[in-house]
Amino acid sequence: MKDDPTHKPETTSGVSRRDFMKISGVGVALPLVLGPKMVEAAGEEVAVHGPGEVPIALTVNGKKLTAQLEPRVTLLDALRDNFDLTGAKRVCDRGVCGACTVLMDGKTVYACAVLAIDAQGKNITTIEGLAKGDALTPVMQAFVAHDAQQCGFCTPGFIVATTHFLEQHPNPDAEDIRRGLSGNYCRCGTYNGIRAVALAKPEGRAS
Amino acid sequence: MSEYTWPDPATRPLLGKRISRVDGPVKASGRAKYTYDYNPNGLLAGKILRCPYAHARIVSIDSSAAEKMAGVKAVKVLQTPGTEIFWAGDEVVAIAAVDESIAEDAIRAIKVQYEVLPHFVSDAEPPQNIAANNGPISRDDFEDMEDNQVPDEQVIAAIKANGISFKPDDKYLKDAQASGVDPHVVETLRSAKYAEAKTSRSPYKKTAVQKQGDPDKAFTSAAAVSEGLYGASCITHCCLETHGMASEWPTDKDLVVHVSTQNLSGIAPQVSEPLGIPAGNIQVLQQYIGGGFGSKFSPDRWGIATAQLSKTAGGKPVKIMLERDSEQKVAGMRPSGFARVKIAADKDGKLVAWESRSWGTGGVGGGGTPPLPYIFEIPNQRKQHIAISTNQGSARAWRAPNHPQAAVITMTAIEDLAAKMNMDPVDLITRNLELSGAREKIYRDELPIAAELMEWKKKWHPRGDKSAGPIKRGLGLSLHTWGGRGHNSDCDLTIHPDGSVEIKMATQDLGTGCRTIITIVAADTLGIPLDNIKLLIGDSRYPVSGASGGSTTSGGVSSSTRRAAVDARDQLFAKVAPALKAQPEELEAVNATVRVKSDPSRSLRWKEACAKIGAMPMTIRGKNPDKSKPPDLTNSGVGGVQMADVSVDTETGIVRVNKMVAVQDCGLVVDVKTAESQVLGALIMGISYALYEEKILDPVTGRMLNPNMEFYRLAGIADIGEMKVHMMTGKGYDERGVIGLAEPPVVSPGAAISNAIANAIGVRVPFLPLTPARVLEALENGDTHATV
Repeated sequence: MKDDPTHKPETTSGVSRRDFMKISGVGVALPLVLGPKMVEAAGEEVAVHGPGEVPIALTVNGKKLTAQLEPRVTLLDALRDNFDLTGAKRVCDRGVCGACTVLMDGKTVYACAVLAIDAQGKNITTIEGLAKGDALTPVMQAFVAHDAQQCGFCTPGFIVATTHFLEQHPNPDAEDIRRGLSGNYCRCGTYNGIRAVALAKPEGRAS
Repeated sequence: MSEYTWPDPATRPLLGKRISRVDGPVKASGRAKYTYDYNPNGLLAGKILRCPYAHARIVSIDSSAAEKMAGVKAVKVLQTPGTEIFWAGDEVVAIAAVDESIAEDAIRAIKVQYEVLPHFVSDAEPPQNIAANNGPISRDDFEDMEDNQVPDEQVIAAIKANGISFKPDDKYLKDAQASGVDPHVVETLRSAKYAEAKTSRSPYKKTAVQKQGDPDKAFTSAAAVSEGLYGASCITHCCLETHGMASEWPTDKDLVVHVSTQNLSGIAPQVSEPLGIPAGNIQVLQQYIGGGFGSKFSPDRWGIATAQLSKTAGGKPVKIMLERDSEQKVAGMRPSGFARVKIAADKDGKLVAWESRSWGTGGVGGGGTPPLPYIFEIPNQRKQHIAISTNQGSARAWRAPNHPQAAVITMTAIEDLAAKMNMDPVDLITRNLELSGAREKIYRDELPIAAELMEWKKKWHPRGDKSAGPIKRGLGLSLHTWGGRGHNSDCDLTIHPDGSVEIKMATQDLGTGCRTIITIVAADTLGIPLDNIKLLIGDSRYPVSGASGGSTTSGGVSSSTRRAAVDARDQLFAKVAPALKAQPEELEAVNATVRVKSDPSRSLRWKEACAKIGAMPMTIRGKNPDKSKPPDLTNSGVGGVQMADVSVDTETGIVRVNKMVAVQDCGLVVDVKTAESQVLGALIMGISYALYEEKILDPVTGRMLNPNMEFYRLAGIADIGEMKVHMMTGKGYDERGVIGLAEPPVVSPGAAISNAIANAIGVRVPFLPLTPARVLEALENGDTHATV
């Protein structure tokens, strides 16, 4: 039964057998015993990952990225430590401050509050994936023009959040901004500029 | 050769304009690399084992299990058995492992035994639990309790329970009674049991009473006297990029560190001493820093540990960035400052007398003393400060050290006095500006501007919004000052024969716009576009520039850059003059040309002019200060006025800031855009500490209860209201030279907001943060806190 993918139970953290085959096809072929162990819990079969590293495949900014990671590694740490995508910052590390905001299947998420293993099969877009090459997106340009940044540490998270917010609210009013951009904190105090960015409604995600 | 002055307003293509920060694009794109982002191949993750107790002695450390774990590369004991630990979260053992997960597992595998000692963390009330922690009550303890108006029954209970360690004679007891000590307390003292003092010292350190004039007489003859209790709790810096450092040894003798610091040029000397290597062998690097606010001048014990761990691990890079909870517990806080204040004015509203008994804590060291009374040199004063030593991570400079506390204690007392006299506080303050010293004229200029931007005359009402409904609205104001003279700074400016210009300086840009103002000053002086200049900072091998503290950077780097650029320009003129058939002093550099002032048709394009330098580039060093050549390009002493408009829901206690106005002077403004951002940021940080932020310590465990960002709450975008910033510029301001701006605008928001709340609800909420609970408590208590 374990070898039959159609019987594989739905889990959010499972590496599907097909994905696993793909992963093991990349570079060195890994022995199949590294696949998730199946145990029965509450009458259902569930996959157990770890302890120890497991193969993880992520789709980030349109590219397939793979790594051997412990299941406890967050999406944020995987992006930063394994793929050198350091635009998302680790600040509170528990889903409060928004400095690690990325898009997952088009929605903003706190990358510190998502396990890398759970982000498999999703389309992840980081700040690095918003701009094409050196050109800035309209939202980024507006952040520069309105001086909506000081130390800049919260800025990438805010830009991802603002980009998504403006897609959802193309004509935001002050109340929309109060509610829609409250998921990110800034310590230098750049909110006045960020509010000006949102009110200026820069259009378009791509640069 | 040159007079070093700032150019005339008519000939400033860039200086004083609105220019976007030059590092804006790299930050906005997410490409800016901070210390936290340093991630070379083979990087080892460092972690720290911290003491969980607020006061303890280390008995034993067993790290053998951790050392044997696969992936652990180095273990370093930072504080050995026998060491006394004074705050929860202090560092005990550091380890380096191949990744963070393993490092965390290894930390958990280390066994440390502690002897737990009594701790003391309370500061928010006047000293009153002395006896419980210090054995028999000393004369100092007793007098502290009396000074801080500990209720008599508590004093009596403490004396009966603990005895006293001094022998009061009849004269002492008589004097005590004469000075107002309750007769029952005096009797308790007379019959108290004597006991030898314990060796543990009191956490309270009292300064001598400072007195000037004749306060008693002045209070007696004053037309109005107001008394109140005011203050602000401890807060943290909460830098978004936590403190941290990465170290690696390319050779046995050479160390390279990446560090999140406000003090790039000052790190190597602090690292060399504990490691025993020459400072010249240490290269310190940092391009971007995610906030400092006064907390990042030192490499810290964890930073030194990265170098030690790296050495053990064969020179491989080791990085330690503090976890959020450690950042909140140990990496910096602003001391609390509280006071009982009595203030008096004559019938015209002139301030005549001040009395304050203030206290606060800055951790084990006790903390700073707020400059009281703030701004106003009141002729008759009596004041005394008690520094409380508490078991918590030590205070670090927090934007404008001691000033926000002083403003929160003084500007509130003045507002309460104005309310008692039925005066508009703007009026009362205006009548007293002659007491404000050198900044009098600045405040006189600024107050009407602020009042107009706030529509003060239209919106202000006497204390207590009498309109119907639970939402009450009010206005408040505060004044502030700061020094801000430029620090020592060396700048190397190189003009290459191809016309490119390069500047090197071992400084840092905290997000204040340091890169931008250096570039503006050089480009303005040389008459070339900003992007013609390559600015290199963030490497200790560049010319030394001061630490970014006390608002000293803008004045320092702009002055050294101006001198380097003026000298470089003049040397270039000397080389170019023969080709233009002119004397060097007849030339000017504008619009990317060098030309004859009186005949602009005789000109060379910048590139052509630079080709006259010859084959070798030309490097000029500019220095601040340059004592040999007056006048100074930087100055000290700024003034600012801020006003707040708030709404208070008297049913829930929730305060909402409707609008903040800031009118600020900082001498010559180099870049209006980034200067305004700095002031806006200070207003927002001010709303944050006025309404939300507090480092809460648990008196039972001695630990911080909110070392995170969900319960250590910062202001968000929904909390800021409308904001208006007005920078003072032009005549009377420009010619003062460049003065730093980081500290001053963060001083006043707390006091202005507190005053606006008092104006709205009719009673004073004594302590910041002005939380719903405190607002409701003040409403419940009526005005007993505010006036007597």
